[in-house]
Amino acid sequence: MTDTSANTGINNLETAAHPENLRRVAIEPVSRVEGHGKVTLLLDENDRVHQVRLHIVEFRGFEKFIQGRPYWEAPVMVQRLCGICPVSHHIAASKAMDMIVGATLTPTAEKVRRLMHYGQILQSHALHFFHLCSPDLLFGFDSDVAKRNIVGVVAAYPEIAKQGVLLRKYGQEVIRVTAGKRVHGTGSIPGGVNKNVSAEERDYLLKDIGQMVEWSRAAVGIARQLFEQNLDLYNNFGTFKSHTLNLVRADGALDLYHGGLRARDMNGNTLLDHYDYSHYWDVIFEDVKPWSYMKFPFLRSLGPETGWYRVGPLSRVTQCDFIPTPLAEEQRKAFMAFNGGSATVATLGFHWARMIEMLHAAELIQELLNDPDLQGNDLVSTGKRQARGVGVIEAPRGTLIHHYKVDDNDQIIRCNLIVSTTHNNQAMNEAVRQVARQYIDGRKLTEGLLNHIEVAIRAFDPCLSCATHALGKMPLEVELIDAEGKQIDTLVRNG
Amino acid sequence: MSDTFQLDGASVPFEPGQTVMQAALAAGHYIPHLCYHPEFKPHGSCKLCTVKIGGRTAASCTMPAEAGLNIESDIEELNALRRTLVQMLFAEGNHFCPSCEKSGNCMLQALGYDLEVHTAGFRHMYPDRPLDASHPDILLDFNRCILCELCVRASGEVDGKNVFALSGRGITKHLVVNAESGLLKDTNIALADKAMHVCPVGVILPKRVGFSVPIGKRKYDQRPISAQALDDAPRQGDAGGSCASCEGTS
Repeated sequence: MTDTSANTGINNLETAAHPENLRRVAIEPVSRVEGHGKVTLLLDENDRVHQVRLHIVEFRGFEKFIQGRPYWEAPVMVQRLCGICPVSHHIAASKAMDMIVGATLTPTAEKVRRLMHYGQILQSHALHFFHLCSPDLLFGFDSDVAKRNIVGVVAAYPEIAKQGVLLRKYGQEVIRVTAGKRVHGTGSIPGGVNKNVSAEERDYLLKDIGQMVEWSRAAVGIARQLFEQNLDLYNNFGTFKSHTLNLVRADGALDLYHGGLRARDMNGNTLLDHYDYSHYWDVIFEDVKPWSYMKFPFLRSLGPETGWYRVGPLSRVTQCDFIPTPLAEEQRKAFMAFNGGSATVATLGFHWARMIEMLHAAELIQELLNDPDLQGNDLVSTGKRQARGVGVIEAPRGTLIHHYKVDDNDQIIRCNLIVSTTHNNQAMNEAVRQVARQYIDGRKLTEGLLNHIEVAIRAFDPCLSCATHALGKMPLEVELIDAEGKQIDTLVRNG
Repeated sequence: MSDTFQLDGASVPFEPGQTVMQAALAAGHYIPHLCYHPEFKPHGSCKLCTVKIGGRTAASCTMPAEAGLNIESDIEELNALRRTLVQMLFAEGNHFCPSCEKSGNCMLQALGYDLEVHTAGFRHMYPDRPLDASHPDILLDFNRCILCELCVRASGEVDGKNVFALSGRGITKHLVVNAESGLLKDTNIALADKAMHVCPVGVILPKRVGFSVPIGKRKYDQRPISAQALDDAPRQGDAGGSCASCEGTS
């Protein structure tokens, strides 16, 4: 296995020493991701790689335009950050607003929210693995580009494709029942939820949950089989060591809805454990770089150069002490033990870990659906009003932080969002640089070779759009061109 | 035995003093409208209720019913104009339905759906209209104001408080609060006031209610506005759509 010790930042390919004489190749847009990203490569005349950057070129700005809005609007407004994982933002904002209104959730409210969240995990993980990534994994990274898509998967592997589509559909139905709509619902509100799950709705969802658990179990098998059959490739592809960050339950269990922060360094030493996230800024800080709209978070104790980390399924599954559902826990143990633990640090190990989480989500949905608290009518609670609220959850892609300050008139005056993609920003950059070293450096470029870089990004994250908020820091170039196309003036701001 | 007029080929009975709108709604015939409210004197400003009478257009909320009139309303020519009016209202303010707590209970949104307004139609003007959140229990979001004056009418005619007024002319016309500071906290408005309950859009809101009604249970989730408006209108044999404060309609 390649040990690049990426966190040291040595030869990191972030900035070329002499970019002026280098050839620029751009992958734009990065496909099969949500949002707009591009990768730029600077190569010399011998096709040696000197610089690789993953740019998130879309600007969202929610942190700014939510200022002045009433706080109860936030959970519905901010979910528009994304069409794949709106529930994550919906719930993270709601958790922050729970603090604002001083609420301690009722059992019904917390369980309805958990059901909504795990429905989201199920649908998003299914989408990520089956729709967006399986074409690469099943056909090969440089296979025929015309077939390397979900339509190609439907033609070649109809049963796998069907299961992927129906798993996602089921997750969306869980969201519809709990939030009112499949996408961008309103179910979670400050202090609780606006509806319970009726007996009819419960029975409707229970009808198919057994099948979903079975298909999720099979999906773990597919992810494992892919890893086993291509062991060298999967072990080494874009692989690097890094620190990790995730939430864990008080007893160390995997919990994607609530917990304390756990950070470990690349050697497994614990840096933080069960840390109360309501003061996250004491341990996490965000760096800004002039070439990206996305900020670069790091652990304060280690500093901006080496303090970056990765979040998401790979961190969560490897850093929790156990998974509190039997089938997923069995799979976690197998994952950890596989080939001396090689999958636990592999970039492509993300997919296997993701499918273990999907199985866990399906098991938990089954457990929750059998809980009579879902039919309770005590939906909302309030307490002593607070000025600051922080909500953190484990979204499908990783740790998601929402932080708000609200004034005495109930208006939001400050908002900070650190989304999963932002946490993974440096790690994704490192993965694409590692792939560039392994596959691009010194070779003639082809579409298939460039797709290797996209494969690394997709392993982390198909969601690039929700992470861009560095207002006032945007690199910007404006050209004034006359009617004949002649450049009259140019203005450049480098962040 | 009341007189009748013809509306889209149907015979509509009316009582003396009723407008075309009042008689039509009372008889179960919907004419799209925004600024009309059965409890208030007709205003005639939104023009959504425009109908054709003998080839000429008129606002049905202010047009007195007369025997023998032949009126057209639900025709493509008028519905196309209504769509344009709704598009203009959306473009003139800041109507972000996706995050608006009035979604599902908003007449403008419901009319948009009912009239099948599928596109923006006009370039949005994005006016700068800061919120007034100064009152402890009531929020004013001016972004959504359509200048129907229902709050002005309710506060003046029913509550006797004159909390609201319109100021400016033409495109700069806007809703203001009648207080030296211009802030709602310096008025005597109360949650129980009529003015709190007449806004057809999401301007005047009780605080901390937000999205407490789930999707599926909101007013226009159940049935389209064309059916809801008929429920809200006084039926024939009731008060005939009049109230003590409505001049010339009783």
